[in-house]
Formats: sequence, structure tokens, C-alpha cells
Amino acid sequence: MRRVRAEILNTRKLGAYHSLTLVAPEVAERARPGQFISVGMPGDRSFLLRRHFSIHQASRRGGWAGTLEFAFDPSGVGTAWLAEARAHQFLDVIGPLGKAFAYPSRLMNCLLVCEGHGAASILFLGQELRSRGRRVDMLIGGETMEHVFKPIEAKRLSQTMAVATADGSMGERGTVFDLLPEMVEATGTQVLYASGGRNTLRRIAEFCTAKKIPAQMAVEEQMGCGMGQCFTCVVPVIRKDGSGYENLRACTDGPVFNAARIVWDQWMGEAPTLLPTPPEGFPVVRSWPG
Amino acid sequence: MAGVKQQMAVDLNGVAFPLPVLAASGCLGTGRDPGLVDLHRIGGVVTRSLTLGPTKGSPTPRMAETASGFLSWVGLQNPGVEEFTELDLPRLVKAGTPVVASVAGTSVEEYLRVASSLQRHPGIVALEVYLGAPDDERGRGEPFSARLDRVHEVVGAVARMSHLPVFVKLPALGTEIVETARTCVRAGAHGLTLIDGVPGLAIDARRLRPRLASPIGALSGPAIKPIALAAVFEVAQAMPEIPIMGVGGIATGEDAVEFLLAGAWAVQVGTAMLVNPAAPVEIAQGILRFLKEKGIAAPGDLRGRLRVAPRSPAREGVL
Repeated sequence: MRRVRAEILNTRKLGAYHSLTLVAPEVAERARPGQFISVGMPGDRSFLLRRHFSIHQASRRGGWAGTLEFAFDPSGVGTAWLAEARAHQFLDVIGPLGKAFAYPSRLMNCLLVCEGHGAASILFLGQELRSRGRRVDMLIGGETMEHVFKPIEAKRLSQTMAVATADGSMGERGTVFDLLPEMVEATGTQVLYASGGRNTLRRIAEFCTAKKIPAQMAVEEQMGCGMGQCFTCVVPVIRKDGSGYENLRACTDGPVFNAARIVWDQWMGEAPTLLPTPPEGFPVVRSWPG
Repeated sequence: MAGVKQQMAVDLNGVAFPLPVLAASGCLGTGRDPGLVDLHRIGGVVTRSLTLGPTKGSPTPRMAETASGFLSWVGLQNPGVEEFTELDLPRLVKAGTPVVASVAGTSVEEYLRVASSLQRHPGIVALEVYLGAPDDERGRGEPFSARLDRVHEVVGAVARMSHLPVFVKLPALGTEIVETARTCVRAGAHGLTLIDGVPGLAIDARRLRPRLASPIGALSGPAIKPIALAAVFEVAQAMPEIPIMGVGGIATGEDAVEFLLAGAWAVQVGTAMLVNPAAPVEIAQGILRFLKEKGIAAPGDLRGRLRVAPRSPAREGVL
């Protein structure tokens, strides 16, 4: 991991997300899919902690060599500040952090499942898998059409692609999990990679365990420092020898974990979940945009 | 750098640190992976609070960001004292950093056993007794610091057994802080660390849930600096001969100087280090710059330089 002062090269609005491209050669040349960067917040505000974003693109060669792209949802105070950042401004960046996705050595057919801004790291992974000659299929989910991140890029990278949105504004109406069994069947999936909210990840993990498909997942957890110092972003993971579980830090031991080894009950148990959903057919009034 | 270190060295009645800026407990990983913190340029390291066996800690979410603060409750997650002395301590010793081992437990016996297994390890210069752990013996899960008799028992037991000087980390208790500090010193504490995180609660109103699973966490960061300064000041006024390590919201050299003026002998940096791994180094440089500007020889000379109007009898009555 390196700490650099990185210049913003370009800012873009992509649907519900913002995307920033930075000039950070020291970080970009080491970055692998699944890893993330940590961005320092301005010192004069009341929000102190660094914000963490998974790396969407790191170019090592060509005209964009040494650049790094990440995407975020500008809904929090820190990300709202970042959304207002302009080109040529400098950011305090630490990265690359965390463990990356592992590439399969023999298995060929990879299914990449993502939801919301989890697509950022999944598209980077898709590109790396393609360059290693693997077959890539994608399953992308989101709240609305706006929340489907770079669908054209996904289409370009994958053999087959399916989109599921909650309101049906793009692709099928539903969640990625509704399309998953069909997709696995149709593409002959041998390895599955996923990124997204933990409820979705849990269902995918249970499906993969039942079907005996190896799966790796990039998890999301409340993170304080991102460098393994504060121990707030832990995920319960079963030890390799199977003798109980260990609370591993998502920032240094993750964020990519073997889905079969996460103790989902333990992890979800005490977590604040959404209010109970109304029964089928009950008119749902959304009080919050998105 | 050597000259600077000599000039900046502090001596807490026999516990010496090359720089007056230490890493606070729980803010420096495990010693195995110090991240970007430069162990060679830090005054010392206070370890995560160590329990006898490995502790898994509380469920997530464990943190929330509040205005100018960081609310967290890790629940004492640590590898246990045995794994610490085997794997983490050698790394810290190799970097040449003085180590203050933080001791925690849920019973007096656990405190004693942890403290005894930390004796006679080269590199450990002092112990810091953390009293925020739940007291399972007598307190029905309340922290040890909530009752003076339990504070006296724990500190007394550790201090009688330990060959190493014992510091006690106390929470901000308002006016009782001086009484609690006196109790610790009477029980045999060498010095005090002021203050521990302030209990806090963050609520996500939209989901009708607390933001932390615990649900009450410890608030740290610049939000608690005035509270910490008051605690340091009160105790330093009452017992000027007892070494105090000031901790709570120190992010710049000026903050550290404020603590030294209020009566601290050294400072610890916690949350600032999570945000900026170079914070301890920058703070030490800030102190040095201040000393040069004012023509003061050593950080220890700042102590007692605070010019306060003499106290009125009415104020003394409150204490």
C-alpha cells in the first residue's frame, strides 16, 4: 500500500453514481480487481474518517497508463463532498488495499454477479478474466435503471449478460437472485464471483453451496481506517482447519472472501436490517428516493 | 534525528519514551501489520487491550461516524496475550519502539494472569490497565471503572504483582475523576492515562435502529478533546507528581501542546492515526516547532506553564 497525493483527471456522472479518474501510477500499477483505495476527507469538515472505494479501473499501459478510476454513490456527507470535486484537484489516496479476487487456474466458465455499485470491481475483474482467456458471463442488478453501472461496458466484456432491476426499468423485474439459477444453468458456470449488498450475497452463497460452485465474494462492512488498525470491519469466517470461526478484517484479510467460509448467520445476526417488508401485493409507498 | 530525539525525550518518573507522542491503545492493528505507521518515528506503542485467551469481540457494525468524532465498540477483539508475545511483540521490539502493554479482563484473576504473562519480556516498558472491560464477577457486566472498590482491587492486584510500572486508563468521570485517580495511585499505580473513549450512542432514525450493534460505543476524535483536557487538568492540579498520558482528540501538534500545558507528561494519538497514518510523526514535529518558537528546551518544561487565575473557594467546594 502506498500513500499518494493524486490529481483528479476527470469526473463523470454515470446514472446514480459518480466516477472519478485519478492520476496515481504507484497505486494503479499494483491494483488488482477486488482491491480498494481509501480517500482522505478535507481537514476542515466535521467528518473525519477516510472513505473507501473499490477500484473500478487501473490502467498500466497505453494512453491512460497510471490512472485509476473509482465510482461511488454520492448519498453520504463524504461522498457528496467528493462528488463536488473538480478536475485537477488533489486527493489524499492510500491504496491498493485489501486482498484481490483470485483467478481460477483451470476452470473456464466464470459468472460475475453484482448489484449496485458492486459492479465497479466486478467489471474490472471481468476485464482481467477475459485477458486470461476465461469465458465471462454477467448478471447485473440494481434498484432502477440509474443504478445499473456501465451496462454497455458489461455487455462488451461478457459472452452473455442479464440485467435485473427492482422496478423493471431495465432488463427483468426482480433481483439478481431471481435470474441466477437460470443463468448458471445456461452458461455452465464453474466459478462464481459476486459483489453487492450482504442480503443478496448471502442468498447467492447459499445457492452456490447447494450447487457446489466455488464462489468468491467482495463484502461490504462499515470500515473505520481501511488499513487493519481499528478492527471495526470484521467478518466471521470459518478457519481453514474448520475449528470454529475467526473475526477477520474486511480491509486486510478481505474484502474478498470464499463465500462458503463466511458464517452468514453470525454476520447478519446482530446487523440492523431493513424494516420487515409488507406482504405480497401490499401497496408499497417509497418515501425515500431510490 | 538523534539530536531531536534527545531533545524530545520524556521521562515519566522512570518510564522513558524517545518522543512524547505514542500510539493509543487499539489504533495500531496488532503489531504484525502496522500499515503505514512508521514505528521507527513514534514515541511508543500502546497495544490493543490484551485478554488471557483470544477474544472475538462484538458483532458488526462496530463503528459510526459522528460530528467530529468516531464512535466505535470493538469489544476487546485481540489475539490473546500468548499470541501477542509470540507474534506481535517481536515485530514491535525489532522496530525499537517502547511497548506499553494494555491489560484487560473480565475478572481480577484474568487481569492478574494477563499482567503476569507480560512480565520479563524485553521491550515492554510499562503496563496500562484498561478498566472499561465488563466486570463479570461483581459488576453484572458494568465496567470496572464504575465502582471505586473494584478499581482499587484490580489496580492493587496488578500493581503489587507487576515488576513493570502500571498506568491506569480512566474514562472521563466528571468531578469523580480526581477521587478515582487518587484511588488508583493509592492502590499502587505509577501513572494515569486520561481519558478513555466517552460512551456514546448513534441512531439511524430512518431504520429505527442504533448504528452500532453494541449499541453504546466509545466516542473518540476531536469531539472529546475538551473533555480529555479537563480531566488531565483536574488530575494534574490535584496530583502534580503523578505522570499522566493525555489522550483524546489529538490531531495536530498544537493539540498535543495543549495537553502538555494542561499537565500531561506525554500524549497518545488514536483516531487521528486511523485517518492519517503519519499523524504521530507530524504531531511530534508540531511540538518541536512550538518549543523552538517559544524557546523552551524540552516538552516536559511545558507542564505547569498554563497561566490560570487562582481558584475561588467556591470552585474548590465543588471538588
